[in-house]
Amino acid sequence: MPQDNQKPAIEIIAVNKWFGAFHVLRDINLSVAPGERIVICGPSGSGKSTLIRCINRLEAHQSGKIIVEGTELTGDLRKIDEVRREVGMVFQHFNLFPHLTILENCTLAPIEVRKMARAEAEAIALHYLGKVHIPEQAHKYPGQLSGGQQQRVAIARALCMNPKIMLFDEPTSSLDPEMVKEVLETMAELAREGMTMLCVTHEMGFARQVADRVIFMDAGAIVEINGPEAFFSDPQHERTKAFLGQILK
Amino acid sequence: MPGEPLSATPARAAAFVRQDPAPACPPPPSGQGVFAAIGDNLFGGWRSSMMTIAALALLGLALPPLLRFLIFDAVWSAPDGELCRAPGAGACWAFIARKLPYFAYGSYPIGQRWRVDLTLAFGAALIVWLLWLDAPGRRLAAFLFFFAYPILSFLLLHGAPSFGLPTIDSDLWGGIFVSLLVATVGIVASLPLGILLALGRRSSLPVLSLACAGFIECVRGVPMITVLFMANTMLPLFVPESLAPDRLIRPLIGVALFASAYMAEVVRGGLQAIPKGQFEGAQALGLRALPTLRFIILPQALRHVIPGIVNTFIGLFKDTTLVAIVGIFDFLRTVDSARLDPVWAGPTISATGYVFAALFYFVFCFSMSRYSLFVERRLSRGRDR
Ligand SMILES: Nc1ncnc2c1ncn2[C@@H]1O[C@H](COP(=O)(O)OP(=O)(O)O)[C@@H](O)[C@H]1O
Ligand SMILES: [Mg+2]
Repeated sequence: MPQDNQKPAIEIIAVNKWFGAFHVLRDINLSVAPGERIVICGPSGSGKSTLIRCINRLEAHQSGKIIVEGTELTGDLRKIDEVRREVGMVFQHFNLFPHLTILENCTLAPIEVRKMARAEAEAIALHYLGKVHIPEQAHKYPGQLSGGQQQRVAIARALCMNPKIMLFDEPTSSLDPEMVKEVLETMAELAREGMTMLCVTHEMGFARQVADRVIFMDAGAIVEINGPEAFFSDPQHERTKAFLGQILK
Repeated sequence: MPGEPLSATPARAAAFVRQDPAPACPPPPSGQGVFAAIGDNLFGGWRSSMMTIAALALLGLALPPLLRFLIFDAVWSAPDGELCRAPGAGACWAFIARKLPYFAYGSYPIGQRWRVDLTLAFGAALIVWLLWLDAPGRRLAAFLFFFAYPILSFLLLHGAPSFGLPTIDSDLWGGIFVSLLVATVGIVASLPLGILLALGRRSSLPVLSLACAGFIECVRGVPMITVLFMANTMLPLFVPESLAPDRLIRPLIGVALFASAYMAEVVRGGLQAIPKGQFEGAQALGLRALPTLRFIILPQALRHVIPGIVNTFIGLFKDTTLVAIVGIFDFLRTVDSARLDPVWAGPTISATGYVFAALFYFVFCFSMSRYSLFVERRLSRGRDR
């Protein structure tokens, strides 16, 4: 459980963002404690991806402050590098590098960014591939793996950088139903080990089981934040009720 | 739970349940064996049969005279053009054999031609080393080929009086070795230049992207001959007389610039095929722009466009014949001038010379094409999505 006296892992203060004239993030305020697990849900187009992509600066916010592990994100490339070294990300479409083997996918960043020796990077990669239960696939290429395996590789690849925070953007949305479970289990294991996690997902079972807080976003704004029990059993806002009514049917 | 589970209604029997496994059967008989394939492909239906017969008839008409000219009636050895001038004589290969040194070296002094041989041998060895994908130490090969070899070739070909190699003016260079030189420089320079231009064109800095796009469009918008003339006549205007590049360097620069503009567009096509997620995956891992390009984007982009790259190389290789326009004695030009030799002049000499030139170009271009197919197949092994 998160402790209140620690300084937050992520602080988002009055953040606004526009795509052209389209106001995609509206006055977002959120503080994430170290070790906290947060699930973000909301209708498609509500800005969930944009919000978590701002946290590792895949998108730039235009006003407000985002502070990650004590580093404020600005245009400064060194700050961005610093933050990205601490923040791992898992995408809906895996974004593995198809021309590299699984092992190379996992060792590239540690070698190039962390300047780790190859042997050490490989040992770490094999360790994390073991943790996501696919050490035997290390020398295959991503195209030879199933979707669920690819997503677990993507998780291992992010973990190889030894991040303090993990961001997940709908990690199971493009998987066949029978593979969703293996990926969610991997994520749940990670959560049990105390990783700070922000996870955009519509897997409400996962949210109930893992989340410390659930956030509901709509039209670029945070509409409701609550603990999972209260969030699901007693949603406050009309739009939250409507949304939950739809997806829990 | 909406609805009842199926097991709760045993009374409603399924309409069909397979009891035993479906056996595997052999495929239907046609399409097996060489003869079946020939029958199906060449004589499957009357239209196909007509085409086959027409093609065979055409071959029957064209092949015998061609073979007679090239092989059966050809003159294989002769001291001069006498035999070749005889009525009914075919290709005069004796002429090619006799002129081969001239075709190979141009007017490079006879006593110094070992220097060209040595350069070509080094080059061939390094290229084989580089192109042989499983060879050990290919990094070393690349270093030698791209850095050491140009210097060595210059010293060998041009000369280094301090090492006892007399200077040979580039006016005397000619023949196959000059063609290979122009082609190699063009190929080696155009790929990196093309990559830089393509990246520049896609850059988010408007000045850079405009400059690159402008360069590419200007060069692509004019004929190669114009570029060569401009390189020849305009380069000396921009730099002082003493620094004016050598007569041979100017068309080399022209060829390299021309090819790199085409290469840039090929590479840009490959870059466009890379999904945005690849950049984002790399960024999220903390990779900066340069490593992302080097390890993630370029390997994939270039792989997508190997056929286009090799196509550009082949075009470039054949376009090297155009340097003759600005007075360089490339291979084709030596053939062209050798056939005017009164000792050999005869009705079949021109045809022989040009057939030989065509063979030369074909062998090189076809090899490049086959090699690229081999590389494509190698690279796609086990990586299919
Ligand atoms: N690069 C972009 N340029 C313009 N509009 C964008 C861009 N990315 C997302 N959007 C728009 O912003 C809104 C929020 O997108 P997103 O954060 O992906 O939503 P979610 O992940 O909640 O489905 C959508 O309406 C989308 O069309
Ligand atoms: Mg999204």
